[in-house]
Amino acid sequence: MEKTNPLLSIRGLNKQFTVAVLQDLDLQCYAGEVHALMGSNGAGKSTLCNIISGVLTANSGDMEFDGRPHAPESLLEAEAAGIYMVMQELNLFPTLSVAENLFFKQLGVVRGENTPQKTPMSGLLVDHGALREQSYELLARVGLNNIDPAMPVSELGLGQQQLLEIARVLHYPLRLLILDEPTAALTDPQIELLFEQINMLRERGCSVVYISHRMDEIRRVADRVSVLRDGRCVATQPVTDIDVDSLIHLMAGEGAATERSLADSAKRNRHTVMRVEHLAREGVFRDVSFEIRAGEILGIGGLIGSGRTEVMRCLFGADKADSGCLRFARDNFDQRHIHDCPQNAIANGVGLVVEDRKAQGLLLRAPVADNIVLGQERRISSALCVLSSAREAELAEPYVTLLNIKYDSQQQAVGQLSGGNQQKVLIARWLSMELPILLFDEPTRGVDARTKQAIHRVLRDLVAAGNAVVMVSSETQELLTLSDRLIVMSNGRIAAEISAEEATQERILRASFRYYNDVGTSGARIDAT
Amino acid sequence: MRLDTVRLPWNSIGLLAVLLALVLLFSVLSNYFFSALTFRTLLNQIPALTVIAVGMTYVLLIAGIDLSVGSVMALCAAVAGVLLAQFGWSLWLAVPAAMLTGLACGALNGYISARWRISSFVVTLGMLEIARGGAYLVTDSQTQYVGNAVGIFGATLPGLGVSISLIIALLVVLAAQFVLVKTVFGRYMVAIGTNEEAVRLSGINPIRYKIMVFVLAGLLTGLGGVFQLGYLQSADPNAGLGLELSAIAAVVIGGTSLSGGRGSVINSFLGVLIIAVMQTGLAQLGVSEPSKRIITGVVIVAAVVFDVYREKFSFINAGKKLS
Repeated sequence: MEKTNPLLSIRGLNKQFTVAVLQDLDLQCYAGEVHALMGSNGAGKSTLCNIISGVLTANSGDMEFDGRPHAPESLLEAEAAGIYMVMQELNLFPTLSVAENLFFKQLGVVRGENTPQKTPMSGLLVDHGALREQSYELLARVGLNNIDPAMPVSELGLGQQQLLEIARVLHYPLRLLILDEPTAALTDPQIELLFEQINMLRERGCSVVYISHRMDEIRRVADRVSVLRDGRCVATQPVTDIDVDSLIHLMAGEGAATERSLADSAKRNRHTVMRVEHLAREGVFRDVSFEIRAGEILGIGGLIGSGRTEVMRCLFGADKADSGCLRFARDNFDQRHIHDCPQNAIANGVGLVVEDRKAQGLLLRAPVADNIVLGQERRISSALCVLSSAREAELAEPYVTLLNIKYDSQQQAVGQLSGGNQQKVLIARWLSMELPILLFDEPTRGVDARTKQAIHRVLRDLVAAGNAVVMVSSETQELLTLSDRLIVMSNGRIAAEISAEEATQERILRASFRYYNDVGTSGARIDAT
Repeated sequence: MRLDTVRLPWNSIGLLAVLLALVLLFSVLSNYFFSALTFRTLLNQIPALTVIAVGMTYVLLIAGIDLSVGSVMALCAAVAGVLLAQFGWSLWLAVPAAMLTGLACGALNGYISARWRISSFVVTLGMLEIARGGAYLVTDSQTQYVGNAVGIFGATLPGLGVSISLIIALLVVLAAQFVLVKTVFGRYMVAIGTNEEAVRLSGINPIRYKIMVFVLAGLLTGLGGVFQLGYLQSADPNAGLGLELSAIAAVVIGGTSLSGGRGSVINSFLGVLIIAVMQTGLAQLGVSEPSKRIITGVVIVAAVVFDVYREKFSFINAGKKLS
């Protein structure tokens, strides 16, 4: 492979904002190669991809694509060369249909030089029949066969939307595809389908630049991996030559993750603090019963769309359950509780760190401290509800230190921080509330390896201190490392409860599929691969 | 404290500069503009608009809008006017009655829009009609002459010649700015306007605060009605036509975002002053009413364009830091 000329060759790339983000970066990517990019947040991965795809322009340095100088001024210019990017943030139109989203760029284009042969247009009108037919084809390629192309995108789950984003670019004349954390919202079987598509692209001689924090995936799908740190490419190696520890060392210059110590967790005093009894929500999940214990991390696995997030939301009162109840140790399990608003849940000692920090968790324009104390303003104000910045700092700062949250100034908006720091701010809020039961929905989604370790440590410390932690995660590895006990949901029901000692990847996966074998009613759909 | 105190002075200084430039401009262009009489007249016209703009600032902060302020003000003035002129109530009963009327209208606006998640645009558009109808009903479509019964609300400070109403309005501005910047309630208004779902999921009930904002806006509109009554010594059921637009214009000139989460009461007041100076100055120059309106319109759009541009600029800077 190395003998041929690279498809994309980057030499001495520099990009300066207020600080240097890319410094003399070199990178070669060959045709038919899946090239993984790794690095902690802020290492320059996104900036690099934005420059390749024309969103940003570099300050200096040379890029060559297919032997020609490549300096795109816009996304369109890069796309004309065959370079497409699927960004981490979803760029779909929620109110438009699946089909319209898939072919959005072709709608209104009757004839054009760079459009695929087929356009779903008949004259100036959209040919909805053709649109539908062509959509089925594309959707099947990412395993979304069950989706009606006429359905609005807002009705799809996050993972399905992510697949749709990918399906959207598959019918373009691709030469280089940039995938930024494509699996962040995907379940394991969905990831398999994605990998299949990536392999097909590779066979066609298309290159894929693949950004991910998940080492196991990179090992499976990539040919080579480049590690970025502080805007430089510090190593490029075949994936076979590289192991997790050395990758983490390269990325962070820091020690590897500590392994879970079963002996340690066995010493903890565990007792049930909350019981979930026959909880159900119409069309989402039913008959969900389990126990939450102090001193224990309860992992919840399952496919996206299996109802995990929805159960968490009902435990927290973000949504209201239709039937069933919650019982708490504090009243000897005598009282039936239903949380119909978050205030009720908090009063019962239950907190939820939401999945989507930007849309549902943070005030992006407000500073770190304001975000941490949100919901506790009464605690930092006088009797007349006048806020005290001293008391605000007193409440927030221990958690800023504990979680090592990095920001430039007191006033800096949280929206300007890296994803990892944003997630830490959200977690800091819930830690500062000092609730005995904390629910975490995808606590490490889209954060760098270092932040992930820090968050894992926080969860362990919480249970070591006698709190109860429930963690929903789509990453099986994370569930296996952290959980003391595991619940697997499948199609809105609990499919299995597994102890840490007995948990294996295979068992979790098998349970995840359990209730999908009959004709599924909910959105998630799996192909028997 | 944080977010707004940092940004606020800069905006305020900019607005103040615009205001001074306008005063200077009109002083040069007109021989009569730079006089105590002009300023007194100008200042005595604005108390009603000022307190209404305060309420409007709060409403826009939570990403709402209140189109009903003009007719609610007329209704409140009408209630006080009829109680004073026809029922012979004392001022100290008629004024609370007027303010309670405003409060009730605001409570309805807030309850219906927040509780049932209906756009406040629609709800307050309905209230605009209802309150106007109410004002006609209460006054029997007749202007109510009140005369001296308006007491201190018609009085001016000896020596200075500015009305008591203006002093009250200024105190309201200061108090409202304090509430916005320094209190829990203010923090929640900004938070709700920024991300209501995040507020809800942090264990705060945003509906309660949204209703409170509309109630406050209604109460302030009631106060505006009383000021208006005091200024004119009569209650005209047609008063306040289009006032909602003047109030929104003042608030928007002051840099408050229509999409919520960002705003300042002080700056809204500066917006009120800018509009009032322009109105008076242009009138003194003999500019015709149609031209006056065209110029005012241009200024409003220019102010917002400038503000959006500034926002984008600071976003670009923020973006640079981010990466």
